[in-house]
Amino acid sequence: MTETSTAASGTATRPSSSGGGTGPAARQAQRRRRDRIRRWSWGIPMWILALVFLLPFAWMISTSLKPDLEAFAIPMQWIPDEPRWENYTEVLFGENSILLAFWNSVFVAVLRVAGELTTATLAGYAFAKLRFPGRGKVFIAYLATSLIPAQLLLVPRFVYFQELGLYDTLWALILPGMFTVLGTFLMRQYFVSQPDEFAEAARLDGASEFQIFFRVYLPNATSMISALAILTFVWSWNDYETPLVFLSSPETFTLPMGLTSFTDENGAMAAGLSMAAAVISIIPILLVFLIFQRRFVRAMTESALK
Amino acid sequence: MTTAEARADGAAAPPGAREPTARRRRTPGRAPSDPKPIVGWLFIAPNLLGVLAFTFIPLVSVILLSFTEWNLVSGFGGIEFVALDNFIAVFQDPTFWRSLVITILYAGVAVPLTLVVGLALALALNRDIPARGLLRAAFFVPYIVNIVAIGMTWQMLLDPSAGLMNQFLGIFGLEHLPQWFASSHWALPALILVTIWAQAGYANLIYLSALQDAPTQLYEAARIDGAGRWASFRAITWPSLLPTTVFLLVTLFVGISQTFGMIALITNGGPGDSTTTLSFYMYQTSFQFYRFGYASAVGLVTFIGIFALMLLMWRAQRGKALHD
Repeated sequence: MTETSTAASGTATRPSSSGGGTGPAARQAQRRRRDRIRRWSWGIPMWILALVFLLPFAWMISTSLKPDLEAFAIPMQWIPDEPRWENYTEVLFGENSILLAFWNSVFVAVLRVAGELTTATLAGYAFAKLRFPGRGKVFIAYLATSLIPAQLLLVPRFVYFQELGLYDTLWALILPGMFTVLGTFLMRQYFVSQPDEFAEAARLDGASEFQIFFRVYLPNATSMISALAILTFVWSWNDYETPLVFLSSPETFTLPMGLTSFTDENGAMAAGLSMAAAVISIIPILLVFLIFQRRFVRAMTESALK
Repeated sequence: MTTAEARADGAAAPPGAREPTARRRRTPGRAPSDPKPIVGWLFIAPNLLGVLAFTFIPLVSVILLSFTEWNLVSGFGGIEFVALDNFIAVFQDPTFWRSLVITILYAGVAVPLTLVVGLALALALNRDIPARGLLRAAFFVPYIVNIVAIGMTWQMLLDPSAGLMNQFLGIFGLEHLPQWFASSHWALPALILVTIWAQAGYANLIYLSALQDAPTQLYEAARIDGAGRWASFRAITWPSLLPTTVFLLVTLFVGISQTFGMIALITNGGPGDSTTTLSFYMYQTSFQFYRFGYASAVGLVTFIGIFALMLLMWRAQRGKALHD
């Protein structure tokens, strides 16, 4: 079934049943043509399928350029006669501007990533490379905690945040996101795979433990660190449940919350404005994905396989 | 797996470099150049304190709360110890059982279908196709988009009278078009449809990376033996993907059974209670009814149930692997 690996050798060993050409050159040309046909005969249906798969996004963009009422016109018009760019200016600079929500999302994501990277690399390194009494026990406790879904902790966090005055502030999203068990695991797994000899050599040279971590091990860990950064950014950017529970005033809303604020006079969702806001909310994540695609995919699969 | 490999690499990396003195230093007990114990604690301290404050203490609290009757209005003084009453009430609560059934229906249909779609896509994309990288990325896009943008879009696409989906189905002259999120019969199927669409790209990605490790020389041997595509898929590809499948089964199940955003956004558990899953019921009891003690018990029972199911799946897979 997996064609990539067998295709090349397959054509080489297959007896020339197709015949036709006389010299080896002609046969080779024919074989090349057959390969090309096969590539496209798989490629074209897959591309059509992908386009169908992405149709909701095409609809989203199309609707974002229409007046609200036209969103449900029958039959659907994919390219509006007069694209309504005002939807975007309205969403960005109008009464319900999502710029503040956008900024809040950036603020939360940046602090979460920064905090997560700092605490997770330090702790992950310690669990992997430093021997200290109690390490095993703490690690087992981490393992046990890692399975707890955040959903289960919403009630107590809600109560504590109210008591501490963190409720309805962005810190209610940032603080729990800065200290995660999962990030620590990922970094530990990485550092475990690194040889001990570097540290031993550096210790003999009189380097301090922090210098060893910071100068010797950390610079080699950039690919894992960027993977963790990307994952944290995506989680933070797309989180909807936590802000829904911990935020109540529109000034603190992050983007997913802000998207829901575009309604018409009857309180129903305003299609054109909502879709314009949705498109804007997707752009940063799509950029991160396209720019770091290879790292992104590695981050997903590595965090999966560990 | 990756760890074991990497460890083997690490051990084999400097073959000649290891001096006899270095060997001796590695014997158990603290060597002179080893770091002081306090250093390790200092390194984990920032993370550990945060995890204690934001995960561990809330976890202990939720367990304690589950033995109490408490709503937010009554203040801390209103906390009343009720022993196991909440747990007894959970098992006698018809809404709890109904949400359990809905969760099982939802995850039970959505998870296997997501796996099948993801695997089919992965097999199709693991061929030599023009612009394969871009194509793979395309299927992954829904997975990285925030649930509110997705939910709002699908809510309108599945509008019973004017949505694109029913306009399309109308072409075939269907009499009774599905009413999707407006009907208590169709809301769950609609939710399943959107879930598969959003999650298949993830399953696809994980399967694709697993296919890269598939034993290629076996395909060659199978072909020489005259095995067809289906036969070699069943004999080689499928068994080699089994660990990946179990992994996806567990992670998708855990993830999908916790689906919350789309339900809160589109259906609010309805129409009726047709999309009130356990996780949404938990949210309702906590933040719409503010029954904190009872909600904690619902949450704990749910978590323990899912955890037990996960353990079962792992053990089943290990048993099977040993059997093979």
